[in-house]
Amino acid sequence: MPSEFRLPALGADMDEGTILEWHVAPGARVKRGDVVAVVETDKGAIDVEIFMDGVVREIVVTPGTKIPVGTVLALLDVEGEPAAAVPPPSPTPVGDISAPSPTTVGEGGGEGPSGDRLKISPAARRRARELGADVSALKGTGPGGAITVEDVEKARAIPQPSPQPSSTGAGEGDKMREAIAAAMSRSKREIPHYYLSTTVDVTPTTDWLTAHNAAAPVTQRLLFAALLIKSIALACRELKGFSGFHRDGGFEESPAVHVGVAVALRGGGLVAPAIMDTADKPLVTLMDDFRALVTRARAGRLRASELSAPTIILTSLGEASVDAVFPIIQPPQVAIVGAGAVVARPWVVDGQVVPRQVLTLSLGADHRVTDGRLGAQFLARIAAKLADPGSL
Amino acid sequence: MNREELARRVLELVTEIAPDVDATTVIPGINFRDQFDFDSMDTLNFAIALHRELGVEVPETDYARLASLDKCVEYLQGRT
Repeated sequence: MPSEFRLPALGADMDEGTILEWHVAPGARVKRGDVVAVVETDKGAIDVEIFMDGVVREIVVTPGTKIPVGTVLALLDVEGEPAAAVPPPSPTPVGDISAPSPTTVGEGGGEGPSGDRLKISPAARRRARELGADVSALKGTGPGGAITVEDVEKARAIPQPSPQPSSTGAGEGDKMREAIAAAMSRSKREIPHYYLSTTVDVTPTTDWLTAHNAAAPVTQRLLFAALLIKSIALACRELKGFSGFHRDGGFEESPAVHVGVAVALRGGGLVAPAIMDTADKPLVTLMDDFRALVTRARAGRLRASELSAPTIILTSLGEASVDAVFPIIQPPQVAIVGAGAVVARPWVVDGQVVPRQVLTLSLGADHRVTDGRLGAQFLARIAAKLADPGSL
Repeated sequence: MNREELARRVLELVTEIAPDVDATTVIPGINFRDQFDFDSMDTLNFAIALHRELGVEVPETDYARLASLDKCVEYLQGRT
């Protein structure tokens, strides 16, 4: 009896995808964590990992086909102890995060098997879809042999058999906007939010960071956001009720803390992939992963597990020069932390007004799980961690 | 490396660290930040790429001097 490999859930706002490529064929041996397919979603192309070991028996869904989350993509002959190791495929698409175990990502490592992945820019991929061109048949002329918009347009002159153009006329940006709107509407409908904010003096942190970055080689420099991400993860360890999922009528604290980071995409829209096991990583490792994650998010090369894994999210709008953000929770999560810009402000220290670097932290949290009092403690805990960067 | 080669190389690195930027649209005199929403992550990635590909270590205090294609070329000339 072969096992079914289904399209995993891809986060709150994605419930369907189009298979773009398969990296495996019938007969191929696969192991848990291998990227086996690329799926186009409203949030760009996503690498989908398999969550069992075995041999591919049959590819069920061919490239170019649009399918809902939970659809059987392939059949596998599973070795050893079958079904037990396989998480149950999710029949409920939106917001369900049951599918691939987040632990597989760590094993796969940062960049993943990008080497055998078709090199194509997101813009070129978009253009190819508009034109109904088959990108797998193209030769790239861009950096590193990447397929460019020009390559796609040139190839169009040659008539090609192509999978039916899936586009329905709505642009990619519009579709992402629709996906975000649907997830946020659901959030506001279902989650009784409360909001808190606090402005804290982060001068010791910025001083520490400046000194660290002046002494460290360029590859080991840190961004302020990395310190904040680690602080959030550590605070989640100490106070329960902010990192986990609200499902089936109840809250479940996640044993591992995976802080998701909201990444703005240049074409518009945003994604919030997770830095896996955030609390356990030394700062430099966390920073490496953070950097790789943002790069892959913008290149449209995220992994399915990264999108479904976040147990809490940080949205940092500091670079957009706002003082504070009042963030909306992404279900099934129950909390989201916002950070404004780090700015110099007059501040009272020991009865004297002095210029200090300050940051406004905010929290959007779920009243079904916590109250403002605990939320206030949570923000204070984050601020305390941040104030002592040497211990991060 | 002459100025032209340097500009071409920098442009390559920009599109490498920011694959969603179309190299043909880069305006040399305008800040990357204003053109492409470059943020601190992009700047750090750019500094890492300059170090890896051109062997130039740019201290954080000099990041402002990498703000546009023109400024980069200016800064890198004599350092590569």
